[in-house]
Amino acid sequence: MIVYLIRRFINYAILSMIATVMAYVLACLALDPKARYLGRNPRPSDEAINHILNRLGTNPDDPILSRTMHWFTQIIFHGNFGQEYNYTSVSHDMFVRSGVSLQLLLLGSFLGAFFGVALGVWGAVRQYKASDQIVTYSSYLVLATPVFVLGVLLMIVATNFNNAVGHQVIQFTGQYTPGLNGTWNILQDRVSHLFLPTLALSMFGAAEYSRYQRNAMLDVLSADYIRTARSKGRTRGAAMVRHGVRVALIPMSTYFAYSFGTLIAGSTFLEKVFSWHGMGEFALDSIIKNDINATAASIFYVSVLVLISSTLAEVLYAALDPRVRI
Amino acid sequence: MVNAPLLEVRNLSVDFPQNNSTVHAVRDISYVINRGEFLGIVGESGSGKSVSSMAVMGLLPSSAQVSGDILFRGESLLDMDDRKLSRLRGNEIAMIFQDPLSALTPVYTVGNQIAEGLLLHDKALSKQAAATRAVELLRIVGIPAPERRVKAFPHEFSGGMRQRVMIAIAIANNPNLIIADEPTTALDVTIQAQILEVLQKAKEITGAAVVLITHDLGVVAGNADRIAVMYAGKLVETGSVDDVFNRPHMPYTLGLLRSVPNLITAGKTRLVPLEGRPPSLDALPPGCPFEQRCPIAIDACRETEPPLLSIGSSHEAACLRAPEIAAGQLQAADVFPRPEPIPAADQAKVEGRTVLEVTDVKRYFTLTRGAVFKREIGKVKAVDGISFDIHEGEVLGLVGESGCGKSTTILEILELTSPQDGSIKIDGVDVSTLTKDQRLAKRKDIQVVFQDPMAALDPRLTIEDIVAEPLTVHNVSKADQRRRVGELLDTVGLEASMGSRYPHEFSGGQRQRIGIARALATEPKLLILDEPVSALDVSIQAGVINLLEDLKERLGLSYLFVAHDLAVVRQIADKVAVMYLGRIVESGRVADVFARPHHPYTQALMSAVPIPDPDAERSRKRILLDGDLPSPTDEISGCRFHSRCPLFKVLDPSLQQRCLTEDPQLRVIDTSSAACHHAELNTLQVT
Amino acid sequence: MAVIEPLDLDTTASLVDPGKAPKRSSRGRLIWIRLRSTPRFWIGVTVVALMIIWAIIGLWFTHWSPTDQDLINSRTGPSGSHWFGTDDIGQDIYAETVVGLRKSLAIGLIAGPLSTLLSAFVGSFAGYVGGKADSVISWFINLLLVVPAFFLLVLISPLLKDKAWVALIFFIAAFTWMVMAQVIRAQTKSLRDRDFVKAARFMGVGTFTILRRHIVPNVASLLIIDATLGVVYAIIAETSLSYFGFGIQPPQVSLGTLLADGTSAATTRPWVFLFPAGVLILLLFAVSLIGDALRDAVDPTSGATRG
Repeated sequence: MIVYLIRRFINYAILSMIATVMAYVLACLALDPKARYLGRNPRPSDEAINHILNRLGTNPDDPILSRTMHWFTQIIFHGNFGQEYNYTSVSHDMFVRSGVSLQLLLLGSFLGAFFGVALGVWGAVRQYKASDQIVTYSSYLVLATPVFVLGVLLMIVATNFNNAVGHQVIQFTGQYTPGLNGTWNILQDRVSHLFLPTLALSMFGAAEYSRYQRNAMLDVLSADYIRTARSKGRTRGAAMVRHGVRVALIPMSTYFAYSFGTLIAGSTFLEKVFSWHGMGEFALDSIIKNDINATAASIFYVSVLVLISSTLAEVLYAALDPRVRI
Repeated sequence: MVNAPLLEVRNLSVDFPQNNSTVHAVRDISYVINRGEFLGIVGESGSGKSVSSMAVMGLLPSSAQVSGDILFRGESLLDMDDRKLSRLRGNEIAMIFQDPLSALTPVYTVGNQIAEGLLLHDKALSKQAAATRAVELLRIVGIPAPERRVKAFPHEFSGGMRQRVMIAIAIANNPNLIIADEPTTALDVTIQAQILEVLQKAKEITGAAVVLITHDLGVVAGNADRIAVMYAGKLVETGSVDDVFNRPHMPYTLGLLRSVPNLITAGKTRLVPLEGRPPSLDALPPGCPFEQRCPIAIDACRETEPPLLSIGSSHEAACLRAPEIAAGQLQAADVFPRPEPIPAADQAKVEGRTVLEVTDVKRYFTLTRGAVFKREIGKVKAVDGISFDIHEGEVLGLVGESGCGKSTTILEILELTSPQDGSIKIDGVDVSTLTKDQRLAKRKDIQVVFQDPMAALDPRLTIEDIVAEPLTVHNVSKADQRRRVGELLDTVGLEASMGSRYPHEFSGGQRQRIGIARALATEPKLLILDEPVSALDVSIQAGVINLLEDLKERLGLSYLFVAHDLAVVRQIADKVAVMYLGRIVESGRVADVFARPHHPYTQALMSAVPIPDPDAERSRKRILLDGDLPSPTDEISGCRFHSRCPLFKVLDPSLQQRCLTEDPQLRVIDTSSAACHHAELNTLQVT
Repeated sequence: MAVIEPLDLDTTASLVDPGKAPKRSSRGRLIWIRLRSTPRFWIGVTVVALMIIWAIIGLWFTHWSPTDQDLINSRTGPSGSHWFGTDDIGQDIYAETVVGLRKSLAIGLIAGPLSTLLSAFVGSFAGYVGGKADSVISWFINLLLVVPAFFLLVLISPLLKDKAWVALIFFIAAFTWMVMAQVIRAQTKSLRDRDFVKAARFMGVGTFTILRRHIVPNVASLLIIDATLGVVYAIIAETSLSYFGFGIQPPQVSLGTLLADGTSAATTRPWVFLFPAGVLILLLFAVSLIGDALRDAVDPTSGATRG
């Protein structure tokens, strides 16, 4: 089993690696690093531009293949993702920013998964009752709202709330207020900043997972083994909880992995909306700035997240389902 | 209430409201089960037999509307809520379900699932004691090494073993009533025989009454004390096994008994078809539901539905003409006369050329795991060197249980490409020499009919398009296609005007006829019939078998008839080949093989087939096989049957040695061939 | 994105035992009958139809065009003259919303089904042919799935800048078909082992004829559902891209660019954000209702008859 999981991991790792390299090539094709200098006033000389771009390794006059090789060998042998347009180390920025992003992403997806599963089970067990309808339609409503719209709407609500209360209980710009003192104050401030984006992300996650969980649960409810459990003397409710939920969780591990990509995209939107300086912002900004090294590195970061989540999903699947254990 | 019967069902009706109609699944049935009694409820799909017992368990879906009364030891079950019923379920009343694959929760060990039932009803029981008892129960139902197997998950068990686990769960709390709903339907015959044996044992140990629900008359003939026959949601005949089997009074029972192929009579007389199908349960006409299929219906049958009439002591039948049958004025042979065979003048001339010759064909599969890095984890010898031939106008029955390689064999033939090893010749032409165009042309000569007629017909095409499909490949004009479809539908006994309908508008038997019509479209020489009747209701089977017999005679066809049902093969085949684990272990003319089987496996197979005749069943001596088919990846040295062989067990160790080391080849014994070293020493008796 | 769990194509409303009564209406009609009696289907269809009509004729009701600047009334809330209010430079939000809706609708209605078409083609081909071709296609799909579609779209967006907005339709379709292709592939694999497909193969029917005649019609219901929900995903993709400046470029207007313009003032002058957002959410919600009703009609195992 361990061997199998390791094989899967290697498989995903190779895919991520190829995806990153292809992203670099794509970035080279799509982005024009010269553009940001050509527009300057006074316009730097061609030599100056070439000098800068050569130093960054992103001169479009060099063949793409050799640039890619250079970039890739730097990563493999030196762990060096190159420099941004302003000579900042990409690796350093990635390290700092991923801490910011992961805080939101992990908390949001965990809460989303938890509430999604709970709501899905509840909805399925109470199928077609009013409570199920409410859960179903609210989840459709949330899913019909793009995450950035959800974020802004929550901001509007929070503004009204703050106005009603009379002071800024809920913060929605940045990750923290600079210059605060005292552990308690800092903690309170962090939570106040974290609240809205986390709420938005977990609402989105919960809406999505609750749909899957409800369907998985409904499949299970009509299963023969629920009937067997009842024929043994379990009541309907007990049979569902003990035999139904446990089995319905199995396909969820796959869905977690599937939908993790949309969650990453979602948290990227939220970083922009709530002005968090995380990897999502980094990715979008570097494309706007035509920064090839930074763009490719952010794609690398995303694919690593997908790689980890896919592997975790496999592990979870094996843990939940004895049939796949070898 | 000491004198109350164990279970009394009074005027039970179950309705399922649909979108704009109501399905009357069970209609006003009453019956009684006494302590320790064995009742067999027989009926075809849709007869309401399962629904009525699910009603007893209180396990019907919430949309079901139940009326009437169900009294268990005098207490009304319908008045109880789920909590109260739960105390009875598994404790007083236990149930065994049809499909053991899906009836066990996949994520818990079997020990866990057995213990669950124990702990639910005995709060004082410790977990440890429950686990110990689970091991004991597994031993009782015949699971080898129960201490180890108790920790296994359901997917690690075979179908037969899972059904044993289900029985263990059912008897865990010594119930007074066990309801078994088609417990052996999904299983092979030799496993079915084992499970029925375990069920009898369970009944002896617990002293419980057993209700066995089945469509198989043979299964109840040997086991039940009393029989209840259901048709279209209604009880139509009840009585002791002997009364119902020997003196049936409801024409449905009569027809059913005459239409089922039976190992004793098969091949000697033609089958009597029971045409038509049950009425749909959401739009029942007034009168007797069997009226449309009944050859002796009179006007009165169309007006009111006959109630159960008493005929003798505890023998009842729901037929207005039952008194005439009882008085001997109506004989079974008059009600359902045997159809005449095709007159000699209409029979096609056959020259006896060889149409199919299979020589030493092998097909091995490698099992692999992993998506990108494939690694081999074993080799399955699905077909391991088999040879047979079929002549013009001849039927070869290929018999074996699931996993024996018979399906792989026919797929190998149908591919029309060179097999992994060995050779396949069709009409004298080796298929490995065919070019692409020749192969396409050759496909005309060999066609296939599949087991499940629903799966074999594309639900989204009309019958006309389905039947014409083989012709589209061979450049036949549209007009010719349409004309040919009309002819073909007529040939298989359907109306040409049905061409514009869709498959789901037809009954199973009709669908299979459509499948046969399609196979005949290109005027093939050889039909490969893959279990063509096993998915059909028993009353329908006879009609399809007769059709196949007639077509063979009239068109001079040859059949490769693959089946697990020995009685059907005995009925239709000229030659038989018995397969076990990828090899043919016995072959010969049917008359010879069935009269004097030489291989112990053939003997066990024949003895496992239940016969719908209580007298025959009681006097039979069974040869039960031990255990399951070995895993297909196992390497077996010597004879591949030795692990389960009943003959091997009684042999002298010096003789056993040969079975363990030397792989037996087919050799001629008497008039047939068998692959057994010691066939001459075989003194096992089969009846 | 559009994960739809494989449906059992054979499920009809079969009960424990009695439901095997002969079915009289064909499957297509059965679905239609179920659909017809579902209120949320009609609600969804009505709302979507009204929005399409509104997008077409909505400008007739106002004398403002989306580019007019009513500088006297800039930054005002909803009024009789400006139903949805105005923005910083006095542009009429109502007129802009109608025009933005047109673009978002056009993109969604074309890109969604287009992506479904692509997934049907790739998925059924890979699933049916199997072997090497299948391995290569699956590997490629997995590779595309390693990076979420949004990032790929953002990454190639600079290439889009100087092209017509119609190009965006094809880019969205090109990066959202993968998950559905996997579902179709799995369905095809199980269909390939079904007897009627085997029968056709043994008759000598060609691969593409089998795909066209037997495979695609049998996954049609899945495809219809996916095409419907695909509209939702395509519109979300478009608005998200445009919102962050990677999709529709000014002076072109879509709901995404409108929302982007409105965000900065969303907390102070909510109408600039709320009206376009409301229209967008209503549209997507209505389409989801249709998709949900379709799914229920196609897959009756989620029906009400379960215990």
